[in-house]
Amino acid sequence: MTREITLSQAVNEAIAEEMRRDETVILVGEDVAEAGTPFKVLSGLVEEFGTDRVIDTPIAEPGFMGIAVGAAMTGLRPIVDLMFGDFLYLVMDQLCNQAAKTHYMSGGKLNVPLVLRTNLGATRRSAAQHSQSLHALVAHIPGLKVAMPSSAYEAKGLLKAAIRDDNPVVIFEDKLMYQDKAPVPEEEYLLPLGEAAILREGLEVTLIGTSSMRQVCEKAAEILEADGISAEVVDPRTLVPLDEGTILGSVRKTSRAIVVDEGHQNFGVTAEIAARISEKAFYHLDAPVIRMGAMDVPVPFSPALEDLTVPTPEAVAANARALVRGVPVHAL
Amino acid sequence: MPRDKKANAEAYLRMYRQMVRIRAFEDNANQLYLNAKMPGLTHMYSGQEAVAVGICEALTDEDRITSTHRGHGHCLAKGAELKLMFCELLGKEEGYCRGKGGSMHIADQAHGNLGANAIVGGSAGIATGAALSAKRLGRNYVTVCFFGDGATAQGLWYEVMNMAALWKLPVIYACENNGYSEYTPTDEVVAGSLTARAEAFAIEAHQVDGQDVLAVNKCATELAERCRRGEGPFFIELETYRYHGHHVGDINRDYYRSKEEEARWKADRDPIINFGRWLLSEGVATKEELAAIGSEIGDEAAAAVEYALAAPYPDAIEVDMHVFKGVEHALPYMSGARQ
Repeated sequence: MTREITLSQAVNEAIAEEMRRDETVILVGEDVAEAGTPFKVLSGLVEEFGTDRVIDTPIAEPGFMGIAVGAAMTGLRPIVDLMFGDFLYLVMDQLCNQAAKTHYMSGGKLNVPLVLRTNLGATRRSAAQHSQSLHALVAHIPGLKVAMPSSAYEAKGLLKAAIRDDNPVVIFEDKLMYQDKAPVPEEEYLLPLGEAAILREGLEVTLIGTSSMRQVCEKAAEILEADGISAEVVDPRTLVPLDEGTILGSVRKTSRAIVVDEGHQNFGVTAEIAARISEKAFYHLDAPVIRMGAMDVPVPFSPALEDLTVPTPEAVAANARALVRGVPVHAL
Repeated sequence: MPRDKKANAEAYLRMYRQMVRIRAFEDNANQLYLNAKMPGLTHMYSGQEAVAVGICEALTDEDRITSTHRGHGHCLAKGAELKLMFCELLGKEEGYCRGKGGSMHIADQAHGNLGANAIVGGSAGIATGAALSAKRLGRNYVTVCFFGDGATAQGLWYEVMNMAALWKLPVIYACENNGYSEYTPTDEVVAGSLTARAEAFAIEAHQVDGQDVLAVNKCATELAERCRRGEGPFFIELETYRYHGHHVGDINRDYYRSKEEEARWKADRDPIINFGRWLLSEGVATKEELAAIGSEIGDEAAAAVEYALAAPYPDAIEVDMHVFKGVEHALPYMSGARQ
């Protein structure tokens, strides 16, 4: 049986179910308890699990991140709530120098079963320090797994898998999607990290979209269908591990690919996926692989400017149309 | 010998032996570096032995520590073996971290050592988190966070002290003030007093002579017991001295520290010499017994070095192992190969 719930409810359910299942799971972060975070994603959890397990911290991101790493090394399974993805810069030492490397540096003796939940996404009119999509930063660091849920369904299944994972996992939720509904099974389910999904089958071009860019790709595919172009949509779901098999299989079939992601385009996720396609499916390609990331400027505040920085279905469709028709494409 | 001294003789001699072991380890490690037999570099603990030994003598294997880039003393005092330590320093498979950590990352989970850390002050959060686990899981262990005076300039420590105090965590922050923050006298980088900084968070702070192993042990024993009763956290500032430079290659250091000062500390305040004299004066051991300890440990260290030099390096196949727990080889895994 499925029902429609919001992405916010899906996250809340995943955490509640895992906290019921495993007493060592705790929640740590700013305003996670009574406030339930500014997005109200965690509402109700402190009532069920108490302040021993739903722990409000001072506004001290490096501090509570470090404490979570130590707690994870000694028997707890912390879920750290980082209120905005932009605050990743504040926790980089504890995340990338400590959590990511502990298992390796200790020769496999110690491990850090920790989930860092944070968010990404522009167009909320929040300006440059509350709008960034910084998942490429952490996907670059060996030892971290990175998940990018694209709807309530993925948000719940990936988060449950992440909480049970024995390694640090960073999950980026699109903060504009918290109220978006999707069908979610009532029964328990987990989505394994490292399995991409083909959301729409097509023959002429593959649109690879992460997080909310999956919806952008799906809308682009509908536009293209009206033009008589058959597009396939792939959601990688996780960046680390990256399910290359599904992505390459799709591109070998369609022979064209556009990678869409809300991180900055330069040196980003779109570049990485495009490079892997070019290296591993080159002889199947009929056109260059196109990257479509966020514009390489700090996210502007003014709506008139901000909306220019994020890929849109129309822009994706326009590039796909050009690719299929053999017209040179100039990316952003 | 008075009755209590006799009862404690075993502990005294254990502490003496541990300090001698640390000094012997460091002398050998330094020699390995000078002979270009050790890859990379290392930071010597010599001179500070009473701190690690006095504190770790107050702890059990269940108690946790976090250590620093100058961490060999903490590892050994917490129970590590010379042989496996040397293997790690030389990047050998049998080392504590299979050669993947080296001098600055030795972890020894079996003895509660959560690992040395090459980021100055980087383990303050980890130690505090270990204390949170103790409290949350109802375990009675204490965590000691070792760090140097240089680390007191890092913001992380203040953030986690605040939380440790708010949540009454069983953690002891042990600051080894050896007078130098890398190549800079501590006076030039510390404003005000260190104990006042802990006291600002309502954390009880103590100052102890870090060259006096018995004074260190007495303070640590009391504070560890009080931590177990839920009275933590605590802060100890231990005045000590680093005999070598910041790292083994820091030879010409006249510009920040005089040879006279170094000679004075070695002559007057050496923790091993002074404790040895005390053991003799109290009749706990004879000169011959102390000399035998020294030569026995010297032999043990030499044998451990020989062993480590001959030990095999890790196989190349290990390079992408232990990146993720539960994943044998990270490279194919990250490209989507199913486990």
